[in-house]
Amino acid sequence: MLVYLIRRFAQAALVVAVMATVVFVSMYAIGNPIDLLAAQDASDAEKAALARELGLDKPLWEQFFIFAGNALRGDLGKSFVYNEPTLKLILQRLPATMELALTALVLSVALGVPLGVYAGLKPDSWFSRTVMSGSILGFSLPNFWIGLMLILFFAVELKWLPASGRGETVNVFGVPISLLTWDGLRHLFLPALTLSLYKAALVVRLARAGTREVAMQDYVRFARAKGLSYRRIVLVHIVKNMMIPVVTVIGLEFGSMIAFAVVTETVFAYPGMGKLLIDSINRLDRPVIVAYLMFTVILFVVINFIVDLIYAAIDPRVRLVEAKG
Amino acid sequence: MIRSFSLALSVAALTAAVAQAQELRIGLSSEPTSADPQFHALNPNNALALHVFGALVDNDETQRLTPGLARSWKPLNDTTWEFKLQPKATFSNGQKLTPRDVVYSFCRVPFVEGSPGPFSYAIKSVVAMETPDDETLIIKTATPDPLLPNNLISVNILNADVFGGGKNIKFKPGGCEDFGGNPKPVEFNNPAKAIGAGPYKFVEFTLGSQIVLERNENYWGEKPYWKKVTMKPLSNAGARVAGLLAGDVDMIEAPPMQDIERIKTSGATISQALTSRVIYIQLDQFNDPNWKSPTVKGTDKNPMLDKRVRQAMSMAINRQAIVERIMGGVAVPAGELLPYPMFGSTKGFPITKYDPDGAKKLLAEAGYPNGFEITLATPNDRYINDEKVAQAVAQMWTRIGVKTNIDAMTAGTFFTRRTKYEFSAFLAGWGSATGEISNSLVALSVSHNPGKGLGTTNRSRYSNPQMDALVIKATETIDDKEREKLLQQASKMVADDVGILPLHFEIRPWALKKGLTYKARSDENTLAMGVKPGPSN
Repeated sequence: MLVYLIRRFAQAALVVAVMATVVFVSMYAIGNPIDLLAAQDASDAEKAALARELGLDKPLWEQFFIFAGNALRGDLGKSFVYNEPTLKLILQRLPATMELALTALVLSVALGVPLGVYAGLKPDSWFSRTVMSGSILGFSLPNFWIGLMLILFFAVELKWLPASGRGETVNVFGVPISLLTWDGLRHLFLPALTLSLYKAALVVRLARAGTREVAMQDYVRFARAKGLSYRRIVLVHIVKNMMIPVVTVIGLEFGSMIAFAVVTETVFAYPGMGKLLIDSINRLDRPVIVAYLMFTVILFVVINFIVDLIYAAIDPRVRLVEAKG
Repeated sequence: MIRSFSLALSVAALTAAVAQAQELRIGLSSEPTSADPQFHALNPNNALALHVFGALVDNDETQRLTPGLARSWKPLNDTTWEFKLQPKATFSNGQKLTPRDVVYSFCRVPFVEGSPGPFSYAIKSVVAMETPDDETLIIKTATPDPLLPNNLISVNILNADVFGGGKNIKFKPGGCEDFGGNPKPVEFNNPAKAIGAGPYKFVEFTLGSQIVLERNENYWGEKPYWKKVTMKPLSNAGARVAGLLAGDVDMIEAPPMQDIERIKTSGATISQALTSRVIYIQLDQFNDPNWKSPTVKGTDKNPMLDKRVRQAMSMAINRQAIVERIMGGVAVPAGELLPYPMFGSTKGFPITKYDPDGAKKLLAEAGYPNGFEITLATPNDRYINDEKVAQAVAQMWTRIGVKTNIDAMTAGTFFTRRTKYEFSAFLAGWGSATGEISNSLVALSVSHNPGKGLGTTNRSRYSNPQMDALVIKATETIDDKEREKLLQQASKMVADDVGILPLHFEIRPWALKKGLTYKARSDENTLAMGVKPGPSN
């Protein structure tokens, strides 16, 4: 177990270091933010002073070593535009994005698992077929288009739900949460649904395949022969075993939901991390872009790790050791 | 009984409607980067600051100067100005505005922590300030600076006491005596500290999410209509339009042109203003024997050094067609750098006529009967339809034999490469911050002189010393009539040289829900003070 952990950490550190280099160098190779930041009437001297203040007058390698040194101490730099620590800016937006991703996750599981299990148990019913064809749409329609259609239908035409932004928030231990207010939930629903549809389609397919496979197994037949109730067979014996691949995939997809809610957040002008990223790219606010990418790299590493742990918890056959050979 | 009941109901409904109508929700296309009015010289920041703080000098929808926190001003001599403060001006905490607050505010301008775009340029001519009495302020400049009042539009006034400004503060250009406390920009996020003398005060400033303002009941001037104003950053144009159509917001900035018809059919109104932003093309005119223009092919020389070639390239452009078909009418063709009647522009300034045959003839005369090849660079996310306009120009040039390629890129990359003189021809835009043509001429047409801050955006290296002299003389001429004449001459000289190719002036649209009107502003600011309920016109 310990060896496994250490190896995992070493791997993770390597990934992070390589990513840091790639991200930093590529970011600093494009465009000079001074031209976007400085007032249009600023003189060359004022622009040079600004470059000095932001440390942009130094050669690239020196900038990189300063960045890397600070990063090791947990300091990812200050935003050029807001003059605030980038980490703080990202963490400020994190609750909004987490709420969005979590709601989307819950929606995709709540939609995907029952539909998938049903489709697995009764593969030939018309409802199952409809669900399966529907899931193809979930895969193939682009995310932003779904978002636009939902906005057009529910917000612009019916005026049931707001088209953009985040609703009223309540502070819980200093963290603004919008899940607890009606206004907040109303604002959350459409973007979360948009974000969840692709995942829900994925879960439906996995759940159906898993259910069909497990339902054929001997122990299920045996359970049936023993006279267990249908309900118990499905919920305990089939669903629990079928969930293993679903958890893995959902875990990985959760990371991507947090990191790449970018499109959905942009379409819905939802003030999360993704929108911060897009705004920062438009303004060439390099430290924020670099910090954001570093943040997502670390997030993925951590989520992967947690997924492995949950996996082991569900399936006792999985051992947290390295396979030999 | 029933009648009185229904009357009561309708009265109740009316009151509810009025109560509701007291809030205005605005969808912003770009978000202010700070609540600190002196942090960043950026349009969205300036517009927000006008709600809460305010400057000595204000300007109206057409960028003409109007009284702000100063009720009047006049030059006493070439280098001394007298400003009289509004006698009734008070801050939102009830304190009276004094000349000391102004001195404190000017003192802080160059020393705002971490400012990416300081306002120092606006007061760099100021060398001394005196406060003879409670309502008078004397400002001395190093050299005659006729544009001082124009520049002061963007210098917002803070309350010296809130941040512990010195009691005996004295203005010095390099750093004031007894300056006192210098707040960090983030301190302004706290509504209790962000005290100004504007018509509104802060309730909330949450980056990325929303800005909430409340009417300042202590305001000295005309009381604004809206009691509460909420601004939401909706940088995505589609999200803004959806927000307006869904009723999430009452007003949006810069609706995209392709949606304007849709917005109108929904009953919403469009309000638009001709801006001081000119879209132009600069052609490389660097006169140096060792210089090879970066993207010119098919000739060893730089053909654009020949005025006839520049003339031909200008005549090849059908400005009217661009305005009608590509800009969808939200632009007007341009002949000089500022639209009439802004200061320094000329009524009926000639716009280069579209004449492809004449252009071909001129090219042949200049020794390029078969034309040459060039690349036109353009940003693709900065100005309205920037890349599409560039493509149209490329086709028009190709038609007269100047085979033109397009190099479109994001604004950040574009500006960086332009600064390095990597383009032989590029399309860009310039909005006059002061509303005077001197601002545009100094930046775009005067010969580049980094030491003096001249020609900072003259990346074609067009140079005409006679024109330079006229503009420089104008910037030192206090007398408005005299200055205007000099500027008009200079502008004509640039046009005669074909030093720059103005294409069109942008029109800035706003969309408002049914029943609201906005006094559209040529400085592109979105001000809640200008939004009123009423019939659309």
